[in-house]
Amino acid sequence: MTTQHITVTVNGEAHEADVEPRLLLVHLLRDNLGLTGTHVGCDTSNCGACTIHIDGESAKSCTMLAVQADGREIKTIEGMASGATLHPLQQAFWDQHGLQCGFCTPGMIMQSAWLLKENPAPSEAEIREGISGNLCRCTGYVNIVKAIQQAAGEMAAVAESPTGSPVAAG
Amino acid sequence: MIPAQVDYVRPGNLDETLQILKDREGDAKLLAGGYSLIPLIKLRLAQPALLVDLRDVSGLDGIVETDDYLVIGAKATHRQIHEAPIIRDRYPLIYEVAGHIGDPQVRNWGTIGGSVAHADPASDWPAVLIATGATIVCRSLVGERAIPARREDVHEGRLGTAHRHFFLDTFLTAIEPHEVLTEIRINRRPRGSGGAYEKLERKIGDFATVGVAAIVVLGPDGRIARAGIGVTAVAETQFAATDAEAILVGNPPSEELFRRAGTAAGAQSRPSGDVRGPVEYKRAMAAEMTVRALRRATERALAYV
Repeated sequence: MTTQHITVTVNGEAHEADVEPRLLLVHLLRDNLGLTGTHVGCDTSNCGACTIHIDGESAKSCTMLAVQADGREIKTIEGMASGATLHPLQQAFWDQHGLQCGFCTPGMIMQSAWLLKENPAPSEAEIREGISGNLCRCTGYVNIVKAIQQAAGEMAAVAESPTGSPVAAG
Repeated sequence: MIPAQVDYVRPGNLDETLQILKDREGDAKLLAGGYSLIPLIKLRLAQPALLVDLRDVSGLDGIVETDDYLVIGAKATHRQIHEAPIIRDRYPLIYEVAGHIGDPQVRNWGTIGGSVAHADPASDWPAVLIATGATIVCRSLVGERAIPARREDVHEGRLGTAHRHFFLDTFLTAIEPHEVLTEIRINRRPRGSGGAYEKLERKIGDFATVGVAAIVVLGPDGRIARAGIGVTAVAETQFAATDAEAILVGNPPSEELFRRAGTAAGAQSRPSGDVRGPVEYKRAMAAEMTVRALRRATERALAYV
């Protein structure tokens, strides 16, 4: 079998690799690039733990081949924080106890980030529909929904603030 | 799960794709979004020798109305279909199906052509194509074939070039190994017509326990002039509930009529019992989903004058 030469940009950094066509994108990220924040859960495109962004659109990286990502921009959970500052979604999952075991969390956060890009002020029903491709097996979804609502509020405040920093409460 | 070894090629246009398919007849599979094919090759239910990625083949994702048809390109994603203004404004059946398939990630990448070619017996689009009497266009180096979704349209001889209908059996379609599914043609929506899709599922994003797509066309006298009912997940492949359609045509819409049609659709289904329920339950649900779809399709037909 011939290998394919691919170039992918992951969290802003360009990577080149020679890969077998059968290599799944999630394995490229985890095994070749060492980015183990993206999890493999069900491995059948049901659970969403492997959710990442490809050219800005959320995707299940267990259901894509690495060769399909050639020339594309990928963002994973490792690309969400700015240095020591957590992304508002990461902080909100912490604040609202939006996780218990944490296995679904990277996928939940990546899918939530995509949802808020598409719909910055979603209703509860829209949040639940937006994360319907991501399964959590410990907490139920109440605190996950709360976390996404918190992050939506904070991100909207940042977007509206002239300085680009959060509007001080009170 | 690791797929078996496979070769990969990414042709730049449709002609190149068709040449590859001809040269490699039988051992190549087309790859678009991958949300049907990749699970299959991971489970090793399919083991193609070559994957032909359609990513660089342009011109296959348009969504346009011509004089006669709504034409949807094979590479249009479920999301593109859901977001197309023409679909949102004029094709509520297609709009609600496109917005409800799988989950958001699946809709971002999965394509109508991939889903239709995959022909999972519980998938949503085939029921819609059967209800609307759509044709599926396949191209090869020899030329183009327009294949009717409905078995009944072959018998009528309406669509000269095809000798058989599209959805033949479980995961089996009329596409030949050297052909590419290029577009889907759905008759333009006439005034006085409406459609709706009713899907029973255990949870959001699940495959249908049963799904029913219904089209109702009202005549000037208020009676049902034409009806199309496509049923998914309760037979070896999707089918037209022809007995139910025959009960509807020529009659004024009513709850009693819809019940009779629903019972006929349930009787025409051939479900198998599984984790989603026993045979009797699925038949009953096929009947009920038919009634619900007919109700909403009729409401929409009355509102689209």
